[in-house]
Amino acid sequence: MTKEQLLDLKRLSAQIRLDILKMLLHMGYGHLGGSLSLVETMSVLYSKYLRYDPKNPRWTDRDMIVLSKGHAGAVLYAALANLGFFDKEILNSLNEGGTILPSHPDRLKTPGIDMTTGSLGQGTSLAAGIATGFKLNKTDQYVYLIVGDGELNEGQCWEAFQYIAAKKLNNCIVMIDINKKQLDGWTKDILNPFDIAKKMEAFGFFTVKANGADEESISMALDKCREIKDGAVCIALDTTKGQGVKYFENYASNHSVKFNNPEIIKAAEDAISELENYLKGDKKNV
Amino acid sequence: MFSLDINNEKTELAKTFVATLIELMKTDDKIIALDADLGSASGLEKIKKTNPDRFIDVGIAEANMTGIAAGLSAVGFIPFIHSFAPFVSRRNYDQLYMAGAYAHNTVNIFGSDPGFAVGPNGGTHTSFEDVALMREIPEAIVCDASDAVLLEWIVKTFAKLKGIHYVRANRKGVKNIYKKGSTFELGKANVLNEGKDILIVCAGQLVSDALDACKILADKNVSAQVIDMFCIKPLDAETLLKCAAGKKAVMSFENHSIVGGLGSAVAEVLAENAVGVKFKRIGVNDRFGEVGSQEYLQKTFGLTAQNLVEQALTLLGKN
Repeated sequence: MTKEQLLDLKRLSAQIRLDILKMLLHMGYGHLGGSLSLVETMSVLYSKYLRYDPKNPRWTDRDMIVLSKGHAGAVLYAALANLGFFDKEILNSLNEGGTILPSHPDRLKTPGIDMTTGSLGQGTSLAAGIATGFKLNKTDQYVYLIVGDGELNEGQCWEAFQYIAAKKLNNCIVMIDINKKQLDGWTKDILNPFDIAKKMEAFGFFTVKANGADEESISMALDKCREIKDGAVCIALDTTKGQGVKYFENYASNHSVKFNNPEIIKAAEDAISELENYLKGDKKNV
Repeated sequence: MFSLDINNEKTELAKTFVATLIELMKTDDKIIALDADLGSASGLEKIKKTNPDRFIDVGIAEANMTGIAAGLSAVGFIPFIHSFAPFVSRRNYDQLYMAGAYAHNTVNIFGSDPGFAVGPNGGTHTSFEDVALMREIPEAIVCDASDAVLLEWIVKTFAKLKGIHYVRANRKGVKNIYKKGSTFELGKANVLNEGKDILIVCAGQLVSDALDACKILADKNVSAQVIDMFCIKPLDAETLLKCAAGKKAVMSFENHSIVGGLGSAVAEVLAENAVGVKFKRIGVNDRFGEVGSQEYLQKTFGLTAQNLVEQALTLLGKN
């Protein structure tokens, strides 16, 4: 990756992060922490790997994203708006009655959403089915399955992982967002997941660890996974819930945040100004 | 149009299901069958020989199978999944509801050995509630196949539709009712005979028992009409109301709990249309399943022609 490409990726990440903050602040609440932890991942996937056409979102030869942790819909919407799938102004309609942007992704409502998710765990089997379909159709399409570390509490994930590994679905790249927190607190305190990468290896996955806050690291992991042709692949993304905004990284209840007091509103506004300034600046100064 | 060909011969409905899918696969390469380690019980494993890549055994994981089927449909396939009725209705319910119906994916479901058809597999494998569960899923189509000809037609019809489609049927031998080549209409009941005193609304394997009950009732000077309400959702209210008109009583007869199944659906139509006719649901009354032969279970749960006759006579005040 050239320096220029990396800077472009970082700018897209900043823009997605900015749009998430604006969207949720406008609404007054929302799933902030788990959306922010996926910003860099979305930026890399859409910029470098996914084949898609914003003018033809249902293009049958496209690659797909299944965001199984559907509560992070905001990160997907911010990415899609920036890539031209729909008008950016629509972002402020998140969760309004009749919106095309429901809190959890709905493939029937939003251009660019490949699968409806929200009931945790279910995206894993759906992605497994999509990958099986791609194989049967003998295409080289990929489905990127994004799963939360908290979501791994759901048994269905492990049913699907057994299947993906047994059927050697290398075209289903499993990306686990290990942000270490779930709604009620730290994953290690709620239901200790132990070493997720080791678990995935034990399940038969070629597993790569990546720094989920670093576009280059994510990109290198994806390149490694895409070299594998005869087995299942997984990227264990080391991320932080609330990633990229110190205040929200340190905020205890950052799964779903309510912007209901001056301090938290100011924190969001400060982060917004900082990102806007960054985006206004010359690339060389980044 | 259908016509009757009632004889005492039986056809194994699992064989019909598999043969129909294999026939469909000859002309449609998007048909795909999935099973959860019951491929030898359903016979679906035969597809390994005819169409090797169109049968997927996902292992013992029905929820996963349902999601995989939904994912396959999202990229153009027409999936049929099978397991015993409770495992492809109750166990995987949220997957059918969310990954299937809510997301507008297609999953065709064959729930085998419902109710007393479970036989020696017993209470753990019994489903007296699958129809109730499936009726609750918005836009789902719910059928109970009374014989092989009807099952074949249902499977072929499902293959042309998008959405969640559930059919329950005994894997094993079930008496033939319809003439080969008969066609039916989804959402339209099959009126099997004429009768003026009592209307029996039934579905599935019990249709042949209801016809037997008709004969016994005729000997007792009771004229009974039987309709095969094979499509429980959408329910054919028009035919139901037409047939109920002028009758002294209406009965539903189902291999299912009386809560939420055919009997409930019939009751809803009768009540909302102020039919005001005597009405009785014959089915399983707030009980779990148990082990035994089909005959034993049918008798235990009161799902026999003889019990139907007795209940009919009581309802008519003739006992």
